[in-house]
Amino acid sequence: MAPAVFLLLVWMLVPLCMTLWFSLRDYRPLRGGDLGFVGLENFARFVSSSSFWPAVLTTVLIVGGVLLVSIIFGVLLAMLLDQPMWGQGIVRILVIAPFFVMPTVSALVWKNMFMDPTNGVFAHIWRAFGADPVVWLTDVPILSLILIISWQWLPFATLILLTAFQSLDSEQLEAAEMDGANPLARFFFIALPHLSRAITIVILIQTIFLLAVFAEIFVTTGGAFGTRTLTYLIYQRVLESQNVGLGSAGGVYAIILANIVALFLMRIVGKNLDR
Amino acid sequence: MGRITLDKVRKSFGEVEVIPPLDLTIEDGEFVVFVGPSGCGKSTLLRLIAGLEDVSGGEIRIDGQDATMVPPAKRGLAMVFQSYALYPHMSVRKNIAFPLRMAKMDAAEQERRVKAAADVLNLTDYLDRRPGQLSGGQRQRVAIGRAIVREPAAFLFDEPLSNLDAALRVGMRLEISELHKRLKTTMIYVTHDQVEAMTMADKIVVLRAGHIEQVGSPLELYRNPRNVFVAGFIGSPKMNLVDGPIAASHDAATIGIRPEHIRVSDEAGDWLGKVGVSEHLGSDTFFHVTCEGISEPLTVRVGGEVDLRYGDKVWLSPDPDHLHRFDDKGLRIA
Ligand SMILES: Nc1ncnc2c1ncn2[C@@H]1O[C@H](COP(=O)(O)OP(=O)(O)OP(=O)(O)O)[C@@H](O)[C@H]1O
Ligand SMILES: [Mg+2]
Repeated sequence: MAPAVFLLLVWMLVPLCMTLWFSLRDYRPLRGGDLGFVGLENFARFVSSSSFWPAVLTTVLIVGGVLLVSIIFGVLLAMLLDQPMWGQGIVRILVIAPFFVMPTVSALVWKNMFMDPTNGVFAHIWRAFGADPVVWLTDVPILSLILIISWQWLPFATLILLTAFQSLDSEQLEAAEMDGANPLARFFFIALPHLSRAITIVILIQTIFLLAVFAEIFVTTGGAFGTRTLTYLIYQRVLESQNVGLGSAGGVYAIILANIVALFLMRIVGKNLDR
Repeated sequence: MGRITLDKVRKSFGEVEVIPPLDLTIEDGEFVVFVGPSGCGKSTLLRLIAGLEDVSGGEIRIDGQDATMVPPAKRGLAMVFQSYALYPHMSVRKNIAFPLRMAKMDAAEQERRVKAAADVLNLTDYLDRRPGQLSGGQRQRVAIGRAIVREPAAFLFDEPLSNLDAALRVGMRLEISELHKRLKTTMIYVTHDQVEAMTMADKIVVLRAGHIEQVGSPLELYRNPRNVFVAGFIGSPKMNLVDGPIAASHDAATIGIRPEHIRVSDEAGDWLGKVGVSEHLGSDTFFHVTCEGISEPLTVRVGGEVDLRYGDKVWLSPDPDHLHRFDDKGLRIA
């Protein structure tokens, strides 16, 4: 066991320490190399750059949008899958399938097969109705990204919510029915509160992963049209501007942010588990 | 008002007919208990009355109105479930007020009714707790509270006490009987428990495989069981049933005799037997006696002071006035 823990620590600690180390130096590999200590200057420059706040906004929009879509549709899909139906097993496997597709692949499929303005499926549908095809990734880039990323995360949300639905005591629903609650009231007063813990868990896990979304942006818009998230900004600083120091400072911010989110959400889950 | 009539009500789940056509009338204000072996369709029958299951045929009338197709909420019945089915994320107050809230009753009236129910059920101190913070008996009372605030035409209980320990059961049994005396509302109560059935019911309905075997007051069923099944089912310990030549000597296929109707003597009697296990309850003692020519040991009830030991020889004589005789179809011979 000890070697495993050691390996894990090295695995996690070495990159972390290197990030912290570089964030304090002015290091530009192709433009003069390591130019020595600069204190906290990288940190100040990262947040005062004109791209910082737009990147924060984009991140919030994408994370929030995906959470919203995956939870609303996740609840609906879970409700549907909870009904007894023919071919239940196969349908469930199909619903989970997108989760196993690599992000790069799914983003490319969406970009080229669905959202392409001349040959995409959507373009054909739009034309069939006599409308002008939407140039998805240029005109509504954030919406497009939310669509692509939601498609990947919906199965995860559905799966967790489905198990939560299955644990709902049917006598509670029957009691509510006898108490005069119509289907809508039963959903909002009984089912939804029962799902609250599962929803919190979905939010927690997805937020942490969504903050790090990269491949989907890389292969679709390449960060153009206002789709530059914090993660993407850091990538650009390091690899495109060749400024490792500045990028590392961004990385440290990202670590702090992710930890705050995790801590905050852990508390909610903890409270939820107490009941 | 709460007069419930079942008219040729049937229920099948797919191919399986759980309840063959069944007629039953429950009078207003009656306390009716459904008993029967496990799987005989007691819960199903209750759920049919509640409207939680659709009937496969026949008609259910509540106060003369056809309610067969009426949704559960509109039937004016309240149900208390075995699992209590409280809403875990709501306080006791909200749980009890839920049906009123669904009926869009005004807040002041809701509050008044919740208070009144909490008073009756001793829940006033717990109104702001969640169900998870209550004991089993308290949860049960909340479930009853949620039922009584609606002022229903009838209450339906499905084994409400089976999750409670023995002492608490006795207490809740009394409370429910008390509640019935006070509200005078029709109650239909499903149970496995002999004592609950005998002590609480105005009328017992004995079911077997979806059939009604007999309907009557507890003592009627105890004294005059219509057939062997009811005779063996009602009463604890069970009635002794004897067949073979001994029954034939009484012109019957089977005879039945209750444990308290057998006289014990060490000198003379009808049947000679050997004492087996004895159960001392203090006030009474039950002896299990193996007799010649009778396959099953007989249960005999005597006073607590009678002292017989394992292996002792005794003579048993059934009281002829209390002998039940059944023919080869199991029906009572008058
Ligand atoms: N939803 C259902 N689908 C198919 N069969 C069912 C269903 N509900 C009940 N049954 C069957 O109907 C029969 C009666 O069930 P029910 O629950 O009414 O019995 P019960 O008398 O309440 O038994 P218990 O005393 O064990 O609660 C059983 O054989 C059961 O298997
Ligand atoms: Mg049952």
